[in-house]
Amino acid sequence: MTAEAAISWTLTSATARRVLAQLRHDPRTVAMMLAVPSVLMILLRYTLDNPLALDRFAPVYIGVFPFVIMFIVAAITTQRERARGTLERLMAMPLGKLDLLAGYAIAFGLVACVQVTVVLVISLTWLGVSLPGSAVPMAVVAIFDAILGMALGLFASAFARSEFQAVQFMPAFVLPQALLCGLVVARDQMTPVLRWLSDVLPLSYAVDAMQRISTSASWTAAIGADVAVILAFTAAALVGGALTLRRRTR
Amino acid sequence: MTGADPVVRAEGLVVRRSGHTILDDLTFTIAGGRVTGLLGPSGCGKTTLMRTLVGVQEITAGQLALLGVPAGHPRLRARVGYSTQDPAVYPDLTLNENLRYFGTVLGLRRDRLTAAINKTVGDLDLAGLGNRLVGTFSGGQLARVGLAVALLGAPDVLVLDEPTVGLDPVLRHDLWGMFHRLAEAGTTLLVSSHVMDEAARCDFLLFMREGRFLAEATPEQILQRTGAADLEAAFLRLAGGPREEAKR
Repeated sequence: MTAEAAISWTLTSATARRVLAQLRHDPRTVAMMLAVPSVLMILLRYTLDNPLALDRFAPVYIGVFPFVIMFIVAAITTQRERARGTLERLMAMPLGKLDLLAGYAIAFGLVACVQVTVVLVISLTWLGVSLPGSAVPMAVVAIFDAILGMALGLFASAFARSEFQAVQFMPAFVLPQALLCGLVVARDQMTPVLRWLSDVLPLSYAVDAMQRISTSASWTAAIGADVAVILAFTAAALVGGALTLRRRTR
Repeated sequence: MTGADPVVRAEGLVVRRSGHTILDDLTFTIAGGRVTGLLGPSGCGKTTLMRTLVGVQEITAGQLALLGVPAGHPRLRARVGYSTQDPAVYPDLTLNENLRYFGTVLGLRRDRLTAAINKTVGDLDLAGLGNRLVGTFSGGQLARVGLAVALLGAPDVLVLDEPTVGLDPVLRHDLWGMFHRLAEAGTTLLVSSHVMDEAARCDFLLFMREGRFLAEATPEQILQRTGAADLEAAFLRLAGGPREEAKR
């Protein structure tokens, strides 16, 4: 069991490079990962067509769009690894489960950085979203949100038996969170049960952090607390992913 | 290997999956340094036995050890090479990228990795394809990529599930030559096939049917014991007559 707990940097980085190489050979997927959040932001800008409303909503969506896209990409990628038999092959080899998951996390984390940078630059320049303070906290939290989406996607894929099911996890896992995270109705106006549900769902903290950043000129303790919860959910999802990754089938 | 100690030892091995008995109380040994053939019709449990050997299938009852260690033990993961019927490689990576990744996972680094890749690519007649995406390969080329990954780490035990399916006769002949060269150098090979004409190429045979062994012997012993003209006829005789086999 000690062999399972250890993590090898060489194998983790080899896995990250392998995932990035796969993406490099699939430019259309990369283009979509990078462009879709920005296109959605542009749509939001012109459907709202109101600078005040845009300043309020845009930061929240900058956190949510990369989260959703990373969830799907991660869930499908791992499901494909299962379906092709490469996961079984790796599990018969000296690769730790955490090496595999951390490798995925690093590769998709790097993609998330580019994705968030693109959507932020477009939002703050062309679309004219204004922030009370620096854009850095927003970038950092948005990247964490994207990595959280990826970690949840990796975890969710453990429960998918086919790519068809993995795709359906997007509405099943993500849309309830989108309804309950304060995007549609403010969380303090929800009934106690819904409020409680909202409190245990990770996207609520992602949205909360983005809302706080959009109204505060500096980093606050409340933002730090939200970020801590986001990171805790990410770590829990990765560990959960490692636990549900079985070396042996029954 | 002294030859006295078998490399694989199974005792009362049972594997049940969702109520079906796939491996039915198997007790056998596999000797080191030779090519053992696992022959039988599809669905008889060959793949499950191989998956159990490489440690990705849970054992229901009984014992299974390789190199003196229980199957699936972390220490075996770099010493046992495995190729599945499906190639189980990344179609969206080039041949070199696939081999570099799997080689690194197997513990090969830098010069040793490059040398292992060059050797395997040469052995499997894949030279010149290094920078092509594996997804664009033909079926026969794909099968050899899967085999290449199994051979890459120069493992002590090679478990190859139907490695020659869909390959042209010349290449098949070459591969069997390579299997025997590896065995002479001390590697233990278990090769499955459902084609009886490959049985004669093995040093030792496990004839399998419905989760049990019909025979464990050398090809010569099997022919002698059954009095059959060839191994296909011998299998039919052992399985209980040609008529029953013809119905399946």
